[in-house]
Amino acid sequence: MSVAPAESIEDLKARNKELIQEVLKVYPEKTAKRRAKHLGNFEDGKPDCGVKSNIKSIPGVMTIRGCAYAGSKGVVWGPIKDMIHISHGPVGCGQYSWASRRNYYIGTTGVDTFGTMQFTSDFQEKDIVFGGDKKLAKIIDEIEELFPLNKGISIQSECPIGLIGDDIEAVSKAKSKEYEGKTIVPVRCEGFRGVSQSLGHHLANDAIRDWVFDKTEGKPARFESTPYDVAIIGDYNIGGDAWSSRILLEEMGLRVVAQWSGDGTIAELEATPKAKLNVLHCYRSMNYISRHMEEKYGIPWCEYNFFGPSKIEESLRKIASHFDDKIKEGAERVIAKYRPLMDAVIAKYRPRLEGKKVMLYVGGLRPRHVIGAYEDLGMEVVGTGYEFAHNDDYQRTTHYVKDGTLIYDDVTGYEFEKFVEKIQPDLVGSGIKEKYVFQKMGVPFRQMHSWDYSGPYHGYDGFAIFARDMDMAINAPVWKMAKAPWAA
Amino acid sequence: MPQNADNVLDHFNLFRQPEYKEMFENKKKNFENPVADDALEQAREWTKTEEYKEKNFAREALTVNPAKACQPLGAVFAAVGFESTIPFVHGSQGCVAYYRSHFSRHFKEPTSCVSSSMTEDAAVFGGLNNMIDGLANTYNMYKPKMIAVSTTCMAEVIGDDLNAFIKTSKEKGSVPAEFDVPFAHTPAFVGSHITGYDNVIKGVLEHFWDGKAGTAPKLDRTPNESINFLGGFDGYTVGNLREVKRIFASMGVDYTILGDNSDVWDTPTDGEFRMYDGGTKLDDVAAALNAKATISMQEYCTEKTLPYIASKGQEVVALNHPVGVAATDKFFMEISRLSGKPISEELTKERGRLVDAIADSSAHIHGKKFAIYGDPDLCYGLAAFLLELGAEPTHILATNGGKNWAEKVQALLDSSPFGKDCKVYPGKDLWHMRSLLFTEPVDYLIGNTYGKYLDRDTGTPLIRIGFPIFDRHHKHRYPVWGYQGSMNVLVWILDAIFEDIDRNTNVVAKSDYSFDIIR
Repeated sequence: MSVAPAESIEDLKARNKELIQEVLKVYPEKTAKRRAKHLGNFEDGKPDCGVKSNIKSIPGVMTIRGCAYAGSKGVVWGPIKDMIHISHGPVGCGQYSWASRRNYYIGTTGVDTFGTMQFTSDFQEKDIVFGGDKKLAKIIDEIEELFPLNKGISIQSECPIGLIGDDIEAVSKAKSKEYEGKTIVPVRCEGFRGVSQSLGHHLANDAIRDWVFDKTEGKPARFESTPYDVAIIGDYNIGGDAWSSRILLEEMGLRVVAQWSGDGTIAELEATPKAKLNVLHCYRSMNYISRHMEEKYGIPWCEYNFFGPSKIEESLRKIASHFDDKIKEGAERVIAKYRPLMDAVIAKYRPRLEGKKVMLYVGGLRPRHVIGAYEDLGMEVVGTGYEFAHNDDYQRTTHYVKDGTLIYDDVTGYEFEKFVEKIQPDLVGSGIKEKYVFQKMGVPFRQMHSWDYSGPYHGYDGFAIFARDMDMAINAPVWKMAKAPWAA
Repeated sequence: MPQNADNVLDHFNLFRQPEYKEMFENKKKNFENPVADDALEQAREWTKTEEYKEKNFAREALTVNPAKACQPLGAVFAAVGFESTIPFVHGSQGCVAYYRSHFSRHFKEPTSCVSSSMTEDAAVFGGLNNMIDGLANTYNMYKPKMIAVSTTCMAEVIGDDLNAFIKTSKEKGSVPAEFDVPFAHTPAFVGSHITGYDNVIKGVLEHFWDGKAGTAPKLDRTPNESINFLGGFDGYTVGNLREVKRIFASMGVDYTILGDNSDVWDTPTDGEFRMYDGGTKLDDVAAALNAKATISMQEYCTEKTLPYIASKGQEVVALNHPVGVAATDKFFMEISRLSGKPISEELTKERGRLVDAIADSSAHIHGKKFAIYGDPDLCYGLAAFLLELGAEPTHILATNGGKNWAEKVQALLDSSPFGKDCKVYPGKDLWHMRSLLFTEPVDYLIGNTYGKYLDRDTGTPLIRIGFPIFDRHHKHRYPVWGYQGSMNVLVWILDAIFEDIDRNTNVVAKSDYSFDIIR
C-alpha cells in the first residue's frame, strides 16, 4: 500500500480515502461493506463526522470495545466510594475491573470506603441451575454484618443474571426494607446488552434515577443551599482529575456540592438535585442523568472541557455565564492567576512538541476534548475516533477537528495498525490493549484512559503534567534505539 | 498555586499541598456525610479482632478480593502458545477486552484475541451466526494457522454447542474444511483460570490426536524418546519456559513444549509488531502423541489433560510448581529417568551454587513466618522451598484450591518440623487472609499485586510472586523454576527481608545503631 505524501487538504483527503480502501480489502465483502460506514474524512462544515456509530461490532474482528457491565460498574457506579458494589455473577468481570481505572478517593478502605475492593457472588454451576437470588440475599446480609459502615449497596449484573432470569429487583426491595430503607440498587448491566459499554452508562444513570433520586425525593438537603451550588458530573477522578478541576470551580467562587462519581459518595448523589447547575465533563456517560435532572428538577446543565488552557478558559467563562458578576469576576481571576503557570508550561514544552502529529482512539469525551490541549502545545491531531460514541458525540467533535482529519469509529485492531503504519504519527493516544502494539512499531504512545498511571490531566495543574508526559513520550531516547545500528 | 513548570508535581505530591488538603477537608465535612471519626476508628479496630475473624470465616455466600480469575482467561493463556494461533472467544465481547487488558498489564505486551461479539439477539437465538461470520472475519483478517475457540459464561448459559457450530461454519465456508479450529467449553462459573488452561490444552491435543473433529483419521501412536512438557498457567511463563528449554538442551533431551507462549509475550521493540511469535508448531502438537512421556509442572492445571494423555499410552508425571532444591532435584531426575540422559554437569554445578546461596543466606530467613496465597501449585512449590530455607510457612491460601490440594499441602507440612504451625485454607479469599494476618501475624507475605492492600492494612511486607503482578515491572522475564529460578526467588525474599530491616532501623539517634552496611 503506497501512499503519496500529503500536501494540500485535498491530497490529505485523497490519501485517507485510499488508506480506507486499502484496509477494507482484507475483509470478506459483507464485512467490508459494514466497516466502510465507520471510516471516513471529516469534511468541514458538515454537521457530524460522517461515520456511523453505536452499531454492533462485527464478530471475529479485534474490537477494542467493552460491555455494559464495564460501563456501569467500571465507570459510573464503581467510584462511589462509600457503597459496596457487588459484581453479581462469575468471578471474572469483578476481577478484571478491580481497581483498574484509578478512580482516586480518600477514605479508609475496607471500613468506610470500598473503592479498591472486589466483592463478587462468584457464581458456581449450581447458582446458574437454581438461580442466584437466595445467594444474593445472603450476600447482602453478610455485607451488613462484616462492613457495617457501608452507606449502600449496588448489584452489578454480569451476563448470566439476565439469562437465567434472576429477580434482583425483588431481592433489592426486600433487603432495603429489612435494613430500614438502606439504598440497595439493582443494575441490569449484563455484558451482552447493547453494543458497547455505552449502554451500561445509560443503565447506570437510570438506576441512579430510579433507586436513588426517586427514593430520596422530598428529603431536605444536608446543607444550606447557596446560589453558587454546582455539581461536577462525569468526572471519574482518574489520577485525581476531578480534584484538579474542583479546585478551580471553588477558586472562582462556586461551591461543589457533589462529585460524580470519582471520589463520590451516596450523600453527594442524593444532594445533587439541590444544585443550581450541573457541570458535565463526560457527556457520553452522564448526559442521561443530567437531562433527567433538567426535566424533573429544572437544573440546567452545561458541558465543559478542562484539558489545556484554551479550553479551560473557555469553559470557566461558559460556566460563569450561568451566574452573577461575582462568579464571572472569579473566573477571570482564576484565569489570570494561572496564566503565568500556563505560559511557563507552554514556553518549556511547546518548542519540543511543535508540529508533532497525534492519532487518538479513546472512549467517552477524550477523542475530542484533548485536541485543544495538544493544539496549545503546537501539536496537531490528524486522526481520531471513539470506542462507543453515538452520533451526538460525532456532532460535538466537529467543533474540535480540522478538515480532512481521519475518523474511525469502533476501529478494529487491524485498521488502527494499518492507519498508524501509513500515517506515521509522532504519538498515538489510546488504551492498554493498543499501547504495546504501537510501541513495538517504535511509535511513542500514551494511554489516554488511565493517563499511563500518571495524571491528573484535567485543570491547570493537570495540564502541566499532560505537557510533561507528552514530551517524555515523544522525546524519550528509547525510540532512537528501536533499530539496531547494523540493521538495514 | 502548587503546580509549577520547572518541577512538575505528580499526583502523589500535588494532592499533598495545602490547597488540596483544605479542599478535601471541606468536601468531607460539608458534603460526604462521613462516618464519625471515633466510629470509624472503632470499626477499624474491630476488623482486626478474633471476633471479626470468626464472623469473616463464617461467610457462606460473599467473596471479597478473591485470588482467582475465570476459566476463559486461562483459555486465552493456553491458546496463544501455539504457532500463529489466535484465540477466538465465543460470547460477549467485553470479556475479551478484559482478558487482553489483564494480560497486557501483567506482561507489558500486546495480547491478540477476538470475540464473536454476541449481544441480545444472540442471547435469544443462539450465537451460531456470530460464529459463522466471526470465523470468516478472523480467518481473512489475521491470517492465522489455527483459531482456538473457547467460551464465556454467556455462551455456556444459553448452551451453544461449539462442535456443531464450528462444523456448520465450515460447511458455510467460513474457513476451509481442513483448517484447524480446536475448541473447548470454558464456562466462567466452573473452576478458575487454571481450569480454562486445562480445558484448552486438552481441546487442542484432542483435536490433533483424535481426528480433527471428524475431518481426519485418528492418529496412531508410534512411541519415540521425546518428552512433552506442560507449564500450566504461570505468570512467569516467559522466563520459565526459556529456562526449561535451556535445561532440556543442557541434558540433550528431545522435547516438545505444548503451548509455548514465551515468545508471544516477549516480542522485541524493533519497529515491527509481531502479532504471532514463537509458539508450539502445529506439526509438533500432532507428533507429541508419540512422545514417551509428558511432564506437567502444575498438577492442578492439568487435571483433565494428563489422564487424557495417559489414556493414549504415555507415561505422565505431575509436579507442583517445583521451586527449591528438592523439588528441582525431583524435576531433573524425572527428566533423566524418562529420557535416560544424565543430569548435566552444568546443572549439577548450578545445584551446588543454589545450595551455596542458601547456606550463605538462610540465617536471615530461618524461623521467619510466611503467609502465601496464589494458585494451588504455586502455593505448594513455594511452601516446599520455604521449608528448605528453615522458614515457617504459617498460612497457605488458594481461592481456587480444593480439598485434595489442601490434603496434599498438609502432607508436605507434616513432613517438616518447620511446617507444624501452618494451616491450609482452600477456597478462601484475601479478606479471610486479612483477618489471619491480624489475628495470627506473620513476618512476610508472598503473593500477587493484590496483596499490597494486605501489606498496607496489616503491615506485613509483600514479596511479589504470582499472577498478576501489575505494579512492578518485568518480573515475568525471570524464571522461578530450576536452580536458577529458585535463586531468583531466594533473592526476592532476601531483598524484602533486608529492606524491611533497613526500614525498621533507619531512625537517627533512635534505632540506627542496627542500620548496618554489612549483612
